[in-house]
Amino acid sequence: MDITRRDLIGIGTKLLILGSVGATLEQITGAAPPSEAYQMADHWWGMIIDIDKCIGCGNCVRACSRENNVPQGYYRTWVERYEVEEGKQPRVESPNGAMDGFPPSTRTDVKSFFVPKLCNHCADSPCVQVCPVGATFVSPDGVVLVDESYCLGCRYCVQACPYGCRYLHPAKDTVDKCTLCYHRITQGLTTACCENCPTGARQLVDFKNPHDPVHAFLRDNKVEVLKPYMATQAKVYYKDLDGSVR
Amino acid sequence: MRRLLHDAGHLVRPALVLLAGIGLFLVLRGAVIPKNFGQYGHYRPGALADIRKRPISFVGQDTCVMCHDDQAKVRASGKHAHVACEACHGALAAHANDPSAVTPKLPETGSLCRRCHEKDTAKPKWFPQVVTEEHSGGTACNACHLPHNPHL
Repeated sequence: MDITRRDLIGIGTKLLILGSVGATLEQITGAAPPSEAYQMADHWWGMIIDIDKCIGCGNCVRACSRENNVPQGYYRTWVERYEVEEGKQPRVESPNGAMDGFPPSTRTDVKSFFVPKLCNHCADSPCVQVCPVGATFVSPDGVVLVDESYCLGCRYCVQACPYGCRYLHPAKDTVDKCTLCYHRITQGLTTACCENCPTGARQLVDFKNPHDPVHAFLRDNKVEVLKPYMATQAKVYYKDLDGSVR
Repeated sequence: MRRLLHDAGHLVRPALVLLAGIGLFLVLRGAVIPKNFGQYGHYRPGALADIRKRPISFVGQDTCVMCHDDQAKVRASGKHAHVACEACHGALAAHANDPSAVTPKLPETGSLCRRCHEKDTAKPKWFPQVVTEEHSGGTACNACHLPHNPHL
């Protein structure tokens, strides 16, 4: 049988149309609106972190890793230990993201403390602005998320994030990050890290809930976000944050 | 006039190919992009539902105390009142879903307690911490302290 160029183009076109319809059927059917019980417009999520309560146990890191199947060697949240000596650059360490806690420090000649870090879920997020395909976005309830089926793995967002909160998932080859446990908070649970923090150093907050403790927290304490000069409208507020923290 | 029409074919044929191409592009674009793309912003709203479908490992405090209210009462009167069950006992959504099939192991106090209470100058001053070697010399923590209510 002879295949003419005309036949070839015809077959190619049909295959292209079939393939594109098949590939997108799932996306279209998967686009059902979220259940009625949870109204996105009623929430605006963030987190408050009290530095003076963090004991560097690493429970948050382990819980996050377990809850979200974070690949080994990557972290959606991690804890840093700062040792600040007068007139010197601060020394920062985070062995294995504090997954196993920290080796005990006995230094008394320095100011030292722990700083838990995670995605700041910026309202005006640089990572969202640079995504060329609409794969990362701020949800209507204020959570920065990644659409794995759209992400190309170009890593623009990894470079754009001023807080180093994104990584390329080694198995999926798409960008992965803290989802603020979106699958939990949309059904009334708190995040895995907050659930497992033994001292309550980190708390999930909803800025749109008038009864949320965040309002008193912001009113009664001196708070700061990380890198305020980046103007990202970060929604993770730290109490007693030292000026040396970057 | 006939000559002109004949010559114009050189323009008409590519124009038809171009129009067909644009048509094909629009059809494919319509098929590939979900109908509600851009409903909330420049992204696929279905992604929100996809992310919400992910499974849960930590079932949460409120579910644990539904059955284990006796332990919760003991804990409520002590210093560990605000430490969630799964912070020490681990992720137990599987146990909550089927209590008989998945039974949690008791944590080993020797390593568990030290994670929080080993002395470290970076820890806040108010937090109770000991140098384990000097404090107990290898004796298990729960030989003296009840983990749910650790006062002596």
